Amino acid sequence: MAATRIDCDIHPAVGGTRTTLLPYLDDHWKEQVVSRAIDGLDLTSYPPNMPFSGRADWRPKGAKPGSDLAMVQRGAFEQLGASHAICNVLYGAQAVYDPYMASAFCKAINDWIAAEWLDRDARLRASIVIPLQAPDLAIEEIERRAGDNRFVSVLVLAQGESLLGRRHYWPVWQAAEKHQLPIAIHAGSAYRQAPSSAGWPSYRYEYYLAEAQAFQAQVLSLIYEGVFLKFPKLKAVLMESGVTWLPAFMWRANKTWRGVRVEVPWVDREPAAIMRDHIRFTTQPFDSPPDAKSVADIIDMIGSDKMFLFSSDYPHWQFDGDDAIPPHLPPDLVSRMCADNPLETFPRLSLAA
Amino acid sequence: MARHIVARTSDIPPGGNKVVALEGRDVVVFHANGEFFALLNRCPHSGAPLDQAACVARLTSPEPGVYQRSRVGELLRCAWHGWEFDMRNGQSWFDPKRVKVRTYPVVIEDGETLAKGPYVAETFAVHVEDNYVIVET
Amino acid sequence: MSDVIDRPLLDQEASAKTRLRIIDCDVHPSLHAKSDLNPFLAKRWQEHLKTYGDHLRTPYMGTTPYPRSSPLIARRDAWPPTGGPPGSDLDFMRKQYLDPHDVEFGVLQVLDMFIFSQQNLECGAAIQRAVNEWQLAHWTSRDPRLKASILVGQDDTAAAVAEIERCAKVGQYVQINVSPRANEPLGRRRYWPIYARAEELGLPIGIHTGGYGGHPPAGGGWPSYYAEEHQSNAHTMAATLTSLVLEGVPEQFPDLKIVFIEGGFGWISSTMWRMDQHFEHFRSEVPHLKRRPSEYVREHFWFTTQPIDEPDEARHLRSLIEWVGVDRLLFSSDYPHWDFDDPRFAFKTPLSEAERIKIFQTNARAVYKL
Repeated sequence: MAATRIDCDIHPAVGGTRTTLLPYLDDHWKEQVVSRAIDGLDLTSYPPNMPFSGRADWRPKGAKPGSDLAMVQRGAFEQLGASHAICNVLYGAQAVYDPYMASAFCKAINDWIAAEWLDRDARLRASIVIPLQAPDLAIEEIERRAGDNRFVSVLVLAQGESLLGRRHYWPVWQAAEKHQLPIAIHAGSAYRQAPSSAGWPSYRYEYYLAEAQAFQAQVLSLIYEGVFLKFPKLKAVLMESGVTWLPAFMWRANKTWRGVRVEVPWVDREPAAIMRDHIRFTTQPFDSPPDAKSVADIIDMIGSDKMFLFSSDYPHWQFDGDDAIPPHLPPDLVSRMCADNPLETFPRLSLAA
Repeated sequence: MARHIVARTSDIPPGGNKVVALEGRDVVVFHANGEFFALLNRCPHSGAPLDQAACVARLTSPEPGVYQRSRVGELLRCAWHGWEFDMRNGQSWFDPKRVKVRTYPVVIEDGETLAKGPYVAETFAVHVEDNYVIVET
Repeated sequence: MSDVIDRPLLDQEASAKTRLRIIDCDVHPSLHAKSDLNPFLAKRWQEHLKTYGDHLRTPYMGTTPYPRSSPLIARRDAWPPTGGPPGSDLDFMRKQYLDPHDVEFGVLQVLDMFIFSQQNLECGAAIQRAVNEWQLAHWTSRDPRLKASILVGQDDTAAAVAEIERCAKVGQYVQINVSPRANEPLGRRRYWPIYARAEELGLPIGIHTGGYGGHPPAGGGWPSYYAEEHQSNAHTMAATLTSLVLEGVPEQFPDLKIVFIEGGFGWISSTMWRMDQHFEHFRSEVPHLKRRPSEYVREHFWFTTQPIDEPDEARHLRSLIEWVGVDRLLFSSDYPHWDFDDPRFAFKTPLSEAERIKIFQTNARAVYKL
């Protein structure tokens, strides 16, 4: 396909369970949702009215940012210049406790995104929202979508119930690997535990900063539990994680591994080498240093131009203006991150939709 | 090349070691699995004394949860940061080509042969009935 | 990693123009046995510790559920020949570490007894007093190079402030210590009476890695391995830094100095960039902040250097130092722990003489008034 700029992270918004998702629920869940007034699954991580959740010029009148297809198309494609975009829906089906409700709601979200977004714009792709509450039901959802090539990845939250490398999730990653679906780990919390080891934060700002550490812990979990050894074709994409924490994190992981390897002898090479092969990052937010030289140093330290994937994070307010590319990135890296890297990371992008 | 007598074989029990000063450097001699190995007694990382390292098995694994042990006692985990070195060739585990400890050839000779020389006179009086550890620098 | 067969270690001291006495901001003395505290504990608490023992937010009485890679987290060569655990014998500590490295001052950090995390708050108050007295009786009075810290269980704020008052009257303490793994993030208002008192007394707040706050090391759940948990210490420090800055602790207490101990310094620059990047986006949530977050960090926070980062290229360590700023760094060894930084070899990038003096001497002098 002729691709120039693939935006790997945009956020269509679910208006509500009783509205947007109702048509996609079976009769039992329709009745539950209506008679018990089950709704309001917007994540605490992203209150819809919070400035960060939707840039001022990307808010439809009287509706949630990202809920209006035409506005999203104008923003992501015309204004920000993408040729294709991957939809990551952050409505909180992943965070309910009832595994069957989670499964029904995830299915509804995936049905909705297919019918009302992917069917209406051939430039759109999506991540499969899955109920990790019950790994077998998550696999069912993956198998249900596997035949639809427009689903290009599997979406999970950066802060769920258990760290993603844990053994009980392995069958899910096996299914993902089988269908060439990378794991898209996106910022967001199911609030099963405090967002950081320091405890419960006071502010959304504080919580958002802690996401960077949450991602780091997920990367360590995937590596040290041996997920990439078990599933060598699997990749994990960190979405909306920040990027500039990566070098020091790589060094600390290598340093620790050298001394503590006996605990995890199946990790047969340096963690940073495993990261370069299996971990990818969307570029918004980058968390840039203020000057060009420091940006160049960071890229040099990371040591791989394959890890970067263009994203706008539309409609989250990460930047002002029309340029979603972080400042001071070298042109050849920009070119790679807009096309080559996304195609390599999401193999299903190249399949006929 | 100089030959130094550093110990009687019976001086270093299996699993044990002895540190000697040779030509201004500390050298540690290990006894493991019936053999003797000599290494510079200084970790290339931050200079920790390798004679204080833990002597452990060579540990590999084909998949999570499976632990394969071999050459028990021939791997050193440095006393400080836990870097693993192979007693036999001084190679580090994590970067065997570029991070190594210097090793020295070791030969065992009986007292009778030794009495004929040549060796660097240390403080050892050579007895023909004993076996000796010789480190070559 | 450069070829290290017989490569001379980058001995900063050997190549330095002058021999520098160093200030080490993280030295760990330890008890021979818990009963060492008995002279400083009322009978009630001696009995209590013998029977009920610690009550911490962790499953085991005798160990951490994440076993360390060496006994008692220590260097294997740091066990005193006279017996007792690493760090328990002052003579051996002198012989092995303080004397050969020409330590002018060593700031003590006592981790034994987990003062900061004792669930039984009355017991915690008794232990903290005992440990604070023990530091003087067994360490600082016997070796004037060693400096004591007032350790307080931050989650009983009233008892903490009372202990600070008591120790301040005694004098001889150079900082007030709390744990970053507390009930709540350390910036929260419930802890402000401690900061207020610290500011009034002109003592810095020291925050040492560790503690049993009961929260998992990550927002995504509990890791399986020590390899993961060990690296989470840096995450705790980042979360603690953001809490203190965002809650407005430096804004409220402009003369307060805060030292992060045993967190290393690799994570700081990206945390500052991230805080600044999103400041405008979340500004309306934190109207009490008058300045950019990184400005607060550069004026109110210091960071001990251990565990130092080890990039493959030495020049990358140089970048890291420049991003954080040489003025923010305080040398620490973490003796006698396994991931100890040797003052001669820890910095694998050359430092200028002026930088060495700052990192190993003058920055700490200013913060601790030595």
